[in-house]
Amino acid sequence: MAEGKKVATRESYGNALKELGDLHSEVVVFDADLAGATKTSIFQKAHQDRHFNCGIAEGNMVAVAAGAAAMGLVPFVSSFAMFAAGRAFEQVRNSVGYPHLNVKIGATHGGISVGEDGASHQCCEDFALMRSIPGMVVMSPADDVEARAMVQAAYHHKGPVYMRFGRAAVPVIHQEEGYTFQIGKGEVLMEGTDVAIIANGLLVAEALEAARGLAQAGISAQVINMATIKPLDEELVLKAAAQCGRVIACEEHNIIGGLGEAVCALLSEKCPVPMRRVGVDDVFGHSGPAAALLEQFGLCAAHIIEVVTDFVRG
Amino acid sequence: MTAKEKKELMIAACKVRMGVIESTHGAKAGHPGGSLSAADLFAYLYFRELNVDPSQPDMSQRDRFVLSKGHTAPGLYAALALRGFFPWEELPTLRHIGSHLQGHPNMNTTPGVDMSTGSLGQGVSAAAGMALAAKCQGNPCRVYALLGDGELQEGQVWEAMMFAHHYQLDNLCIIVDNNGLQIDGPVDQVMSPYPIVDKLRAFGLETVQVDGHDLEALEGAFVQAKQTKGTPFAMVMKTTKGKGVSFMEDQAGWHGKAPNDEEYHRAMDELSAKLAELEGM
Repeated sequence: MAEGKKVATRESYGNALKELGDLHSEVVVFDADLAGATKTSIFQKAHQDRHFNCGIAEGNMVAVAAGAAAMGLVPFVSSFAMFAAGRAFEQVRNSVGYPHLNVKIGATHGGISVGEDGASHQCCEDFALMRSIPGMVVMSPADDVEARAMVQAAYHHKGPVYMRFGRAAVPVIHQEEGYTFQIGKGEVLMEGTDVAIIANGLLVAEALEAARGLAQAGISAQVINMATIKPLDEELVLKAAAQCGRVIACEEHNIIGGLGEAVCALLSEKCPVPMRRVGVDDVFGHSGPAAALLEQFGLCAAHIIEVVTDFVRG
Repeated sequence: MTAKEKKELMIAACKVRMGVIESTHGAKAGHPGGSLSAADLFAYLYFRELNVDPSQPDMSQRDRFVLSKGHTAPGLYAALALRGFFPWEELPTLRHIGSHLQGHPNMNTTPGVDMSTGSLGQGVSAAAGMALAAKCQGNPCRVYALLGDGELQEGQVWEAMMFAHHYQLDNLCIIVDNNGLQIDGPVDQVMSPYPIVDKLRAFGLETVQVDGHDLEALEGAFVQAKQTKGTPFAMVMKTTKGKGVSFMEDQAGWHGKAPNDEEYHRAMDELSAKLAELEGM
C-alpha cells in the first residue's frame, strides 16, 4: 500500500456536502438514522434546517427526496449502499429514475471493506442495480480528492446520480492542485502497453501498486481510473484495448453487473480483446477487518499482479 | 356551496365519469372502478379546491396533486382534460403507443401531472417531500395525495405518515379512497387495512371520515384541512367502486377491466341521461 495520507471517501462526501450547502441554499440532505456513519452529520452541523433524518425507512426517504426534487430542491439522500441501492431499489427506479428527478444518492459503506458488520451490510451489487436504471449516473471515487470533486459535479449534473463511498480510509492518489473531475471521463494514471488495468474505488490504489510491481517484473501495465461506471468512457476503454490488446477490470463489486461487465460488453461489440475481471466472485462476504477481507477476496495489488502475470505470460 | 355551484360540480363529476369510460374503452384496458369511485373527488379538486392554471401548468406556486393510486389515471386524465390542461379528444388515446396518456401518470408527458406514480405506496412519500420542500422554500402551495384503501397494505405508506407527522406537514392533505375493493376481492378479506381512521389518528394525523360522493361533505373536510395546524390532515372517503355506472358499481371485477363496445354504450347512455338530468335541473 502506498505511503502517505489516507481518507475514507465517506468523510470526503460529508465535507463536500457541507461546502455545497454553504454555497447553495437549495441543497437539502436526507439520512436514515446513519448521519454519523455516512458523514452527512458534517452537513447537519452547519445546516441544521436543511438536514432531515427520515428514521430507518429508506424507501420512504428516497421517494420523499423525489418529491423535494420535483419542487426544485437538490436533495442528497444517504444511507449504506446496501439500503440505498438495495432496500430502496424500487423507489429509486420508479420515483427517481423513471421521472428523471434531480436526486443525488450518496451511498456509503459500499463493498466488502465494510468489514466486521459482515455480509448483510457488504453491498457488492449496487453498481449492477443502479446501472440497470435508464438515465442513472453511477460513480465510485478512488480517493478523497476525486470524491469531493465528484460531489460537486453531481450537484451540477441535472438528473439522478448514484455515488458509492467507502467506510475504510484509502490512500490519496490525486494532487489537489489543478485537479478537475468530469462525469463520464476516465483518467490514465500510468501509461503502459502490455495490459490495461481499468479500476475504480479503492482498487485504483491497488492497481497502481500492482503496476509498479509488474514493471519490476518487466510487464508494462497501463492503469486507468474509471470512476464513472455509467456512462462509461467508451473512447478511453477502446483506446486502451487497442493499445494493450489485453484488459483487466478491477472493482470492489460482484464480477456480475459492475464495471467489469460494462467493459466486457463494450469490448465484445467494438474491440474484442482478451479480458480478465478482478472482483468479488459471486459469493457473499463475511465478518473480518477490511484489509484482511480485501486480501482474502483478492481485491489487492498482490492478486492483481498474479492475475496479470498469468494473463500476459500464461 | 351554493346550489348552483353544487350542480356545476355534479356536472363536472358526471363528465369525469364519461371521460373514464371514453378513455378505458379507447384503451381496451385500464382501471374504471377506482377512477369512478374517486370521480367526485377529482371534480371537486380540479374545479373547486386546487390552485392550478391550465395555461401555466408549471406555475411554481400551484397546489400539487399526487395520484398515489396511479392506476386510476383515467379519472385524473378526465379531470385534467375537462379543466383544460389538454384536449378532451385525446382521452381515447389512453395507453396507445405514442400517446402522452400513459397507463399510469407520467409527469414528463402529461401537462398537469405533478408526480409520476403507479407503483403503489410511493405517492404519500413524494407528496410529503413536496410539502416539506414547500415549507423550506416558503412556497404557500398545498399538497394533496390520493391513495387507495388496498394501497394501505404497503408498509411505505405508514413510513410516509410517520414522516409527515414528524415534520408537522400541515400543508399536506391525504385522501384515502375507501371503496372497499381491490383486485383480488374485498380489502378486509384480502388483507384488512381496518380500522383506517384509528390507524391514521394513531400516526398523529388529524383525520375525518366523509362520504366521498357528497360534495358538501367533501367541502367541509377540505375547509377543516386548511384550518389544521401542526400536523397533516387525512380524510377517509367512503365510496362505491364503479360509482355512477350501474353495472360496475361495487364489483371487484371492474377494478382493471375495460368496457367492451356494448358495455361502453350502456355506460355512456346512463351517464348521458344523468348529465341531461343535471343540466335540466
